[in-house]
Amino acid sequence: MSQRLDPLPTEWIERDRLVPFSFEGSRYTGYAGDTVSSALWAAGQRVLVRSFKYHRPRGLLSFANHDVNTLMQADSQLSVRADVTPVTAGLNLAAVNTWGGVSRDRASLLNALSAFLPVGFYYKTFHGRFFPFWERTIRKLGGLSAIDPTAPRLRTPKQYDFCDVLVVGAGPSGLAAAIAAAEAGAEVVLVDENARAGGSGSYQLGGDLDQAKQTAELIQMAAAQPRIRQHLQTEAAGYYADGWVPLVEPERMTKLRAKAVIVASGAFEQPAVFHNNDLPGVMLASAAQRLIYRYAVKPMRRAVVLVGNSDGYRAALDLAANGVEVMAVVDLRAVQVSPEAHAIRAQGIPIFSQYGIYAAETNPAQDGVCAAVICPLSDTGEPRLDQRQTINCDGIVVSVGWAPAANLLYQTGTQMRFEERVEQFVPDRLPEGVFACGRVNGVYQFDKKLIDGRRAGLEAAAYLGFAQSVPSPVPAAESESPSHPWPVVSHPKGKNFVDFDEDLQLKDFYHAAQEGFDNIELLKRYTTVGMGPSQGKHSNMNALRILANINNKSPQVVGTTTARPFFHPVPFSHLAGRGFTPERHTPLYSRHLALSAEMVKAGLWQRPEFYRQSGFSRADCIRQEALNVRQRVGLIDVSSLGKLELRGPDAAEFLERLYTGRYQSLKSGRTRYALMLDESGVVMDDGVIARLGPEHFYFTTTTSGSSRIYREISRLALQWRFNCGIVNLTGARAAINLAGPRSQQVLSQLTSADLSAEAFPYLAVREAEVAGIPAILMRVGFVGEWGYEIHVPALSAPALWDALMQAGAADGIRPFGLQAQRLLRLEKGHVIVGLDTDGLTTPAEANLSWAVKSDKPFFLGQRSLAIVGQRSQSKTLVGFTLPASFTGQPPEECNLVIDQGEIAGRVTSIAFSPSLERYIGLAYVPPAQSADGTSLAIRNSDGAMIPATVSSTPCYDPDNRRQKESFLTEAV
Amino acid sequence: MPLRLLKFGLVKSYPESRMFRQRDRLRPTYDAVIIGGGGHGLATAYYLAKDHGINNVAVLERGYLGGGNTGRNTTIIRSNYLTPAGVKFYDQSLRLWQALSETLDLNLFYTNRGHFTLAHTEASLRTLRWRAEVNKHYGIDSEVVDPQTVQAACPHMDLDCGGAPVMGALYHAPGSIARHDAVAWGYGREADRQGVEIHQQTEVTGIRVEGGRVTGVETIRGAIATPKVICAVAGFTPRILDWVGLRSPLKIHPLQAMVSEPMKAWLDPIIVSSSLHVYVSQTARGELVMGASLDPYELHSTRSTLDFAEGLAARMLDLFPFLSQAKVVRQWAGMADMTPDFAPIMGKTDIEGFYLDAGWGTWGFKATPICGKTMAETVARDRNHELIREFSLDRFSKYALVGEKGAASVGH
Repeated sequence: MSQRLDPLPTEWIERDRLVPFSFEGSRYTGYAGDTVSSALWAAGQRVLVRSFKYHRPRGLLSFANHDVNTLMQADSQLSVRADVTPVTAGLNLAAVNTWGGVSRDRASLLNALSAFLPVGFYYKTFHGRFFPFWERTIRKLGGLSAIDPTAPRLRTPKQYDFCDVLVVGAGPSGLAAAIAAAEAGAEVVLVDENARAGGSGSYQLGGDLDQAKQTAELIQMAAAQPRIRQHLQTEAAGYYADGWVPLVEPERMTKLRAKAVIVASGAFEQPAVFHNNDLPGVMLASAAQRLIYRYAVKPMRRAVVLVGNSDGYRAALDLAANGVEVMAVVDLRAVQVSPEAHAIRAQGIPIFSQYGIYAAETNPAQDGVCAAVICPLSDTGEPRLDQRQTINCDGIVVSVGWAPAANLLYQTGTQMRFEERVEQFVPDRLPEGVFACGRVNGVYQFDKKLIDGRRAGLEAAAYLGFAQSVPSPVPAAESESPSHPWPVVSHPKGKNFVDFDEDLQLKDFYHAAQEGFDNIELLKRYTTVGMGPSQGKHSNMNALRILANINNKSPQVVGTTTARPFFHPVPFSHLAGRGFTPERHTPLYSRHLALSAEMVKAGLWQRPEFYRQSGFSRADCIRQEALNVRQRVGLIDVSSLGKLELRGPDAAEFLERLYTGRYQSLKSGRTRYALMLDESGVVMDDGVIARLGPEHFYFTTTTSGSSRIYREISRLALQWRFNCGIVNLTGARAAINLAGPRSQQVLSQLTSADLSAEAFPYLAVREAEVAGIPAILMRVGFVGEWGYEIHVPALSAPALWDALMQAGAADGIRPFGLQAQRLLRLEKGHVIVGLDTDGLTTPAEANLSWAVKSDKPFFLGQRSLAIVGQRSQSKTLVGFTLPASFTGQPPEECNLVIDQGEIAGRVTSIAFSPSLERYIGLAYVPPAQSADGTSLAIRNSDGAMIPATVSSTPCYDPDNRRQKESFLTEAV
Repeated sequence: MPLRLLKFGLVKSYPESRMFRQRDRLRPTYDAVIIGGGGHGLATAYYLAKDHGINNVAVLERGYLGGGNTGRNTTIIRSNYLTPAGVKFYDQSLRLWQALSETLDLNLFYTNRGHFTLAHTEASLRTLRWRAEVNKHYGIDSEVVDPQTVQAACPHMDLDCGGAPVMGALYHAPGSIARHDAVAWGYGREADRQGVEIHQQTEVTGIRVEGGRVTGVETIRGAIATPKVICAVAGFTPRILDWVGLRSPLKIHPLQAMVSEPMKAWLDPIIVSSSLHVYVSQTARGELVMGASLDPYELHSTRSTLDFAEGLAARMLDLFPFLSQAKVVRQWAGMADMTPDFAPIMGKTDIEGFYLDAGWGTWGFKATPICGKTMAETVARDRNHELIREFSLDRFSKYALVGEKGAASVGH
């Protein structure tokens, strides 16, 4: 039967637009503008969900955007908050966490067993042998929504925004604040989580529409004010440092930076604690008022109204004005003399003063309340049962108090104090740039809220320099408290719920305290109060009052738990945004793809691992690429190397301190290997430094280290106050390594530079044009052949690549990938930092002592090396080979070297060398086992022991004739 | 239903007493004082009394029991470390964990889920192999598995991971999770039963050292004389070391985490990806508990940041795209006391009677039982327990680091 009222001027529904949807397999029709809860309630559906622990039937409770009793699932959409989710055509809803549907939930057996399931019962038993069984059972019972593993990834957009003043909450005080700040000249963003502005000004009316009209005028003023931007259906989900607030809207997240924030977020109405206070039909007054004025839904036919403040009387008037028969107003307090009480009496509604509700009674259908048992209260709040009476009703409306929606204020660092006159926490000391007004500030009356809002708006404007005037102080506290200090009536049978999310009853708190959990944080953790989906919005305040009562302390002393983000739960997709997995391509990426390269990730970069040749295996392709470098000529894209340029009078001195080698003495036109340590003497990075002029250096870092090293170098340049400038050219320049016995022949076709060994010797650097492109050429030998590293502007790299490929065609030029490069350098025994070193490797252990000039005055890590150097070395990197006859599964990198049953070291690199026709590798071994020819045992992952022999490096071209001159390691 | 629960329904008055008694005043003298009422401090107190008969002990806690990193961590328990010292130590811890619910007669929800560390690059696969090999050598159940094995254990995971495909994983079958708060309560209750005094809301304001030896502790509730002080205060360690004039390389970084709404059980194993900076497990209640890497800067604060939640949510959706409409309820942070080598600092110091249990960075929870055990013995005998010898403070001046970075960073 429809509970819809005649049209009201305040209603949000559009009666000419019907919206069909289904719930638990039955079809319903709502209006556009309805939420799921309002549409179902209008249709007479009372049981909306089952509770988390005892599976009790639950209806609408707070209807305030955090109504836990209305968590539903709509196909793959988890935990739909029915109280706030608009109905849409075709929406297919089911209550979460039921065993056989919301009306016949088999798990409601747990309700009957609740006496045996005390607070924290799961800590007290289930351990031991059968724990796996119990855990499975508990996991089955736990949880709310069920995931749909086929649901697609949503890519929700994000945007940035800025404003002078952010006003959170578009109720009366928030509207007044926004208008005042905007009129003073500030750019204002006004957000409210509801579909429309107005807040309580549009529904807490006391049966009189006049206040709604005033609120509507305010809404119009705000809408007409060009400096106010409104975001409705938008949650200010958290407050982070410096006015950084994520605004969560249905379709996106806006990250807003506000110069000032006004929190006008109102208050959460709080439930009263009595037996069966969770039956469908028992609801908070503000919920009933929202049902009426927003959705034109009659909350019940006959109501008993439990009050502890004048808001309750106003709610009773609202009910009476909209066709609800108010059976009684039950006031926890002594006789009230107020206009509202007078109006109630005038309508012939009985008022029971200093009475409480002792219990709600269940109707025969078990789907709602059918009566309220009321009785007088003693001066100490004890129910006097001898005078109890039962009043039939199908709804109990509760208006006993509020808790400030101060989550954001706490996150700003606001210090709150408990104000006895209003029985709530109010801001005591606000941080700079943060303001509060309205109920969150302890101001409840409509007119006063407008004044307080205006004050906060002007204060924020003045803070930002828009207004001069000194605003008036916060309006005086209310003449009576809007919250009752003890809205609690005990009952021997319990089921008087304090936390509806977690099914926590009054006695649970006493029991937890008896067990020693009498500190607010411990109480929370043991009972789980406030840990459910609504995060304590309707339970923390009563829990705090109960604990204060137990400890006989004031709420101020008991204190609150920490309020952390988020205000309401936020979908993963909103936080994640569109998703972004960065990937870097060198300018030659398309060339590699055209040549059938298999790409591999190297840091953020995509690099060719090898080039696939049809009809050949991966290993064959790599082998051919390597042999081609040894026998003819190859080229490899090394653009991912970090490339830095350093200029200035202190440049050489700076490098001298950063790296272990000498660079003051490096002549212009020459390069030198560069090894960097951290302060503890551990190998960090390496590269090549080229001196292009007296105060001008160009140098490389490893691919993986490029951004880290640039950052570190920049930091040190500042810290050490060196007069030099660093430019990161990693992305701006590309580099190709041309290597092989015919490389000189290939390059000579493209440049007029003199490439003879005399004019351009090994380790020299030259600036010259190659194929018409200005280039830096370095004679390097990482792969052990005559070669050039050619650095050019990134955009010119494809032209250079094409020119080299064309010029080298007759000489059999072929590109080679990372794998071939690794193999070639392994044949030369060259170390790759990060592969052959780890987080504790010293230069001596990696055989890099030759690159460390310990007698320099200073370099990073020098002091540590001196200390470590006095200790005997525990490991050293050696080359090894497997017998040429070896067949079977070779060891892999990181397999262990085993000596007499103990770990002696590990393999860092291994590959099959086509030049030597056997497996070769590098491994850490104890110094005692590092002599050439020593036998090693390597243990494969499958446990097989593989014999190997220590073999001096380089095993290919030991005298380094082919690359000419001395040893050099290049980084990859 | 277990019979133990029957009494709750059948007796009239609630049949439980305080887990930890409240003491009105501090004694003037204790045999040992433990600063910090987290898991480590309480476990140390418990084993001091239980194993060594030393129960004239006070645990001093400035806030409430387990309110620091014990109650903030993501509760992953494992022993697949990289160095021999670490592997042996955490292995012993795991053995204690397995019996801990019964030892303490409190259900800690210690649940064995299996632990996968995903590799998305060749380099990380290599490090995982190294760990697996070292683990196997010391008898730890640990192996490198292929992507199909990961998929079988976690059928809903998207192995493509948003463009960083899973290449393999380190599988550690004993990997487990537990209810962190209960660990503190369990040790607290049993320590209390052994006669240890637990004083909450009792902040220590100074340590008295005379002639290189500890003589007492000053608190907001007055001074205490004691010859032995154990410092187990995680992020507050540098402050206390300043009082006694010890130097350490500790740096405090925030470590953040967040939790989803409870959902029906769907994720059994613990999933860690160091490349994606994410680790996640599902509690018995159904929440996903998620964490990532440390904040990259030093900060003595437990404030949350939005970019953390954004980044972690994005990585979570890379792994589990279907969670797009699931919701994150809450985020929080703890202060991690980081050492340069990602291994702890434990045992005796240059000050006689001053024992340190610190440097627990992001890996302290899983070590709770073994820390208690080894610290208690170290204090009782005034000699570093064999298992913690390599973790001593002087390793930094001696350059004898314990390189756990490869196994400890991100993969808590």
